[in-house]
Amino acid sequence: MRSLSEIDTVSKRSSRAAGYSWGIAEEIGKNIRLLEIFSLPGIKNLNSFFKKKKELRLENISIINQDNEANKNEYCPIIMGVNFLDQIKTLETQNEIMFKKVSYPLLFLPFVSRAAEVIGKRIFLKIDDREFLLNFNNNIYSNYTKNEIIESAEKIYLKILENRDSFEEKDWNELYKLSEETFVEENESLKQGGAGAGLTDND
Amino acid sequence: MNIALRDPNVVMKLSRLGSFHQSKLSFLRSFLKEFKDWDYKRDLFELNEHGYGTAVYSFKKKNRVYSLICFANELHENERSDRVIATKWDAAFTLFDGVPLKQDIERLKNEVPRQEFGRLSYKELTLSRANKSVRVFNHVVERLSEGKQPDNKLIASVGYLYRTTAVYGSGKFGLADRFRIKDREEIYGPFRLEMMLVYLVRQFTFDQVNHVAKSKNPKKAVNLDLKICKSLGIGNSTGLGMAPFIVNHPTLLNNWILAREISLKKIREIKIVLEKDRELFLECLKKSIKNITSWNTESEYQINKIKFLLNDLNEFILYLDNDFNFEQDYAFNELYLHLEKKYCEECVEYVVSMMMEPYDDITSPLIKEMSSEEEKYFNIPTDRTVEELKKILEKRYPDILTIDFSKNENNLNFWFISKNKEEPRLANRFDEVGAELEQPLAIARDIKKLYELLSVTKNSLKISRFLSTNNELRHIVRRAFIVEKFPYSEIQDNTIGKEIMPIDMLRLKLSFFGALKFDPRSDKWLRICMFQGAPLPEQLKNYDEHWVYN
Repeated sequence: MRSLSEIDTVSKRSSRAAGYSWGIAEEIGKNIRLLEIFSLPGIKNLNSFFKKKKELRLENISIINQDNEANKNEYCPIIMGVNFLDQIKTLETQNEIMFKKVSYPLLFLPFVSRAAEVIGKRIFLKIDDREFLLNFNNNIYSNYTKNEIIESAEKIYLKILENRDSFEEKDWNELYKLSEETFVEENESLKQGGAGAGLTDND
Repeated sequence: MNIALRDPNVVMKLSRLGSFHQSKLSFLRSFLKEFKDWDYKRDLFELNEHGYGTAVYSFKKKNRVYSLICFANELHENERSDRVIATKWDAAFTLFDGVPLKQDIERLKNEVPRQEFGRLSYKELTLSRANKSVRVFNHVVERLSEGKQPDNKLIASVGYLYRTTAVYGSGKFGLADRFRIKDREEIYGPFRLEMMLVYLVRQFTFDQVNHVAKSKNPKKAVNLDLKICKSLGIGNSTGLGMAPFIVNHPTLLNNWILAREISLKKIREIKIVLEKDRELFLECLKKSIKNITSWNTESEYQINKIKFLLNDLNEFILYLDNDFNFEQDYAFNELYLHLEKKYCEECVEYVVSMMMEPYDDITSPLIKEMSSEEEKYFNIPTDRTVEELKKILEKRYPDILTIDFSKNENNLNFWFISKNKEEPRLANRFDEVGAELEQPLAIARDIKKLYELLSVTKNSLKISRFLSTNNELRHIVRRAFIVEKFPYSEIQDNTIGKEIMPIDMLRLKLSFFGALKFDPRSDKWLRICMFQGAPLPEQLKNYDEHWVYN
């Protein structure tokens, strides 16, 4: 079994050899490591991408908007990802973002996962019909478990989720009430020993 | 009194870093301290009469066990090489996480001796190989088998029976990734597992030499005297492989240097130096001189450094004995200021290391801060502005920004990875091919390039926008933001210039390992000795922490 350190190093070096700058190659190394940690086929997709990259004649996107569509060919998932991660603080205000025609979309996913950590919000990502919930870069929930190469996506939709409770107030109150059963009712003598006891607020 | 930390622009110069010496902060000393109450055991020793076979040694505490598995093999004279291109060694080792089963040992028997070409698993933590000093090993076998002890002079001149040529860890060749073990308290400090491997290998070399001598002459042979064992360490040949490490791990480097700098600052801030502390400092300093007088090297560069160091130290000791008043307030601060005024960098840093000896209370908490969670600092803060980044460069790289990289002498070399061994190398870019495959280790040059570009860019521009058209400088932008938070994370010199001495980079790292007697064999590799004078595993429970000077 390859270690994560080997995965990181080989992904980084091969990315440099494929023509990316060292700084971007470093990002790719970390990303492929992340995909493999989450049991997603990072190495497989990266290898396939590099083999076909030249003939794909990909388009680069530098400034990301709410709706982004490649003109003639598909977007490069790496440049799109780097710029998405770099611009996430400004993109945060746009709840929904759409990309059309993206090559090897799984390689874009770790950038989004890392962006979720940067802004401290969950991001819902949909690559055509594959759904992913990116939880602050800690884990990923998905309906996609295939160990396969995804060569392209027609549509990538992502929604930045506001930090909200996943439960009703009623559930909370009931649980809180139960938790109160670990507390001790204070009598007068116990109250005397509490912090600040015996002082007035003016002291 | 509040003493400022030393200026990174002084401390982080290569000539200064290349003058560092071992200290209480060094990893091999910390390792011994942290493992002194672990149970040591030789679990398996199955060697034939020539000393070839398998051995297992372990350290155990409660439910945790670390086992060194040794494979000693026959090596023909024409196969013996310390070069990184070697493919066979006298012995190969791995540190196993737990107690190895028979099938583990069988599996590893086929993999560990192949080193870089073998495959390890997450159960193995570190990997190494070593060659005998044939001259010393054969001499010791000969003498022991005759019932005599070896020639002290020969033993002292070499200092080891074996020397390692590489120690690998952290996920190399399938070894366990650091994330699997990083929460273990006993190995939180840097390089603890590498230190453990080397320390146990040292014991193996004694057991092997005794075994071969006994096999040769069972009736007459004696064991190697324990005092002689103690005086022997493990040699190590170290090449450029180590140099990029300190560039590629900036926050880790910062934490090592910062621990040293905070120690010095706190020692200089001591108002009244207690007599016992003063005595211990003087004792260690005076006794340590023998480590310098017994420092053998053929390197003219190092011979000169040793000569200056010895002259300076002798003069400094005379000054301490005759002229210096330890009763005055802030005596160590006075001493430090005197050192900086009068003596060479090598002497200054040597004495700085010595000053730490009495102050466990200062160094111990700092030792716990010498690791780094590097991943935390990987993301670039892209909502910052060009102006802020420019200010960071001006503050953190004042000298580097004055270098003219259009001059060939400042842009002479390039770092690359060799194809045949995947090892870092340094070459002249105007004489050799391959400069287009340069590794991102020309930090000074790239910082200057970044600064020049920022200078013609709108100040208010966000880094996210700057990067969208300048991603070729992404690695250096990331670095500058790291250096902002970690002032000692960067070498404040040009690592591709004509004057570069790569061994300065090696020495810096090796001094933190705790190596003694740096012996440069060229400007690109050197030999050192580790654990020379250290207590043997059986003596660990109750040992003198200042063994380095005994």
